[in-house]
Amino acid sequence: MVKKTYEEINAKIRAGEAVVVTAEEVISMVREKGIEETAATVDVVTTATFGPMCSSGVFFNLGHTKPRMKMSRVFLNGVEAYAGLAAVDAYLGATQIPETDVANKAFPGEFNYGGGHVIEELVEGKEVLLEALAYGTDCYPRKKLEKMIRLEDIPQAILFNPRNGYQNYNVAVNLSDRTLYTYMGILKPGMGNANYSTSGQLSPLFNDPYYRTIGMGTKIFLGGGVGYVSWYGTQHHPDVSRGENGVPVSPAGTLAVMGDLKQMSSRWLRGVSFLGYGVSLMVGIGIPIPVLDEEMLKFTAVSDEEIFAPIVDYSESYPQGVGEPLGQVSYAQLKSGEITIGDRVVPTAPLSSYFGSRQIAVILKEWIKNGEFLLTKPVFTLPVSSEKVDFKGLA
Amino acid sequence: MLNTGGVYSVKQKMVLYFPSTVTEQPFTYYLIKDYNLMVNILKAHINPRKEGRAVVELSGEKKDFLAGLDFLQSRGVKIFPLEQEIVWVEERCTHCGACSVICPAGALVLERPDMTVKFLNEKCIVCEHCIKACPSRAMEARY
Repeated sequence: MVKKTYEEINAKIRAGEAVVVTAEEVISMVREKGIEETAATVDVVTTATFGPMCSSGVFFNLGHTKPRMKMSRVFLNGVEAYAGLAAVDAYLGATQIPETDVANKAFPGEFNYGGGHVIEELVEGKEVLLEALAYGTDCYPRKKLEKMIRLEDIPQAILFNPRNGYQNYNVAVNLSDRTLYTYMGILKPGMGNANYSTSGQLSPLFNDPYYRTIGMGTKIFLGGGVGYVSWYGTQHHPDVSRGENGVPVSPAGTLAVMGDLKQMSSRWLRGVSFLGYGVSLMVGIGIPIPVLDEEMLKFTAVSDEEIFAPIVDYSESYPQGVGEPLGQVSYAQLKSGEITIGDRVVPTAPLSSYFGSRQIAVILKEWIKNGEFLLTKPVFTLPVSSEKVDFKGLA
Repeated sequence: MLNTGGVYSVKQKMVLYFPSTVTEQPFTYYLIKDYNLMVNILKAHINPRKEGRAVVELSGEKKDFLAGLDFLQSRGVKIFPLEQEIVWVEERCTHCGACSVICPAGALVLERPDMTVKFLNEKCIVCEHCIKACPSRAMEARY
């Protein structure tokens, strides 16, 4: 029986002796050598995802002005950040659009710019226009501010994403006779295409389906820098049906993650626009999974053929919250470029970048192999049962 | 001019500019009926009483093709070579692949097993669908 502790694995990382492979590489290793031998050899498996994650944003402390100001409304390049916090704190959400954007009044709206783009530009080092308004108080008399700022001028900027890294997601199709513009991309009528958005066998939570190693305090690759899992994500919903391998067959676990924006890279934080829907932020996340025992190794060896996603109609079923999925399809089928639904062959397209995910898994592997990145044992792991997580809908 | 061999001896894409005085006149009908041309409208932006532009591909026998162009010019339509092209800005591309099901010409493909996006310029018909379909706005039109 193979048993390894975090401390033992970290000692090997420090000594430059840890064996680290990506969640893609481990699959062929297991096929060649079997679970037991691979578990004995491999210490860490790196997983990754790089896709649009709408529930993302940045907490800023913008720095005090002279005279002082309690900012009640804050705009960055015309995109409003929530300022109902202390004097110069604000939170910019990835999906916020400028007040001047006509949105879907000219349908489908283009949504060329928004919170996600501001975040990307700040990380890139570009100047951004800060505009702030206040009602003025005895302690904070200033009422107006306009200033060009850069990320390096701001005291603090913390990327805090309440829901990232979804464990599985819908495959979106359109059963109606008109084109749909959704957060799952453009869906052509009559099942003209099927869009999906996870990195499959590379995706973090597919490789640790019962969250044995991932929880509060897990150190991760986040947006090109180092971050941490800070909580279970919003809508974390572990109580769904799972395959025999433990992998959920519908959207399940989620992660809340955070990290210092200043050490991140615009290569892995990209503002994106969805025609007729809005803006978002593509976030790059990489999570190392320690091979604590053979079971953990077996989980990480899961392949696209063994991971299934539900096919959901976005013309009626999803928006109205009614009906059942049209079927299940494996990520191997999705990645092949076409799937069969009934007697129809439907072309598929991803919204998350498998290529980018693979690059992140390799970067994280190198960080660990070089001894730059040690693993952390979580303070607590993500809930496996929803007993403690209220997952109720509104009427 | 392309020699596609056999039935059509000329096949060419071009930009047609319609002054506001002619935008309400039919042209496609006459090109087909009187000049025996195949008209493939790749893109058109024409409003009544305003100037319009269209990108078309005309194909037919050389004699008919030239006569068709003369007809268009005699009615006040100006003909420009198709100089607009779609450019793939690789550094903005995240290789997600969302474009691959949107491009009607097979010019944007997701190559497997690498899962990288490739832009095949020679297949592009300049329909511009990819420009707004690309989430990271990596496709641009250049004139």
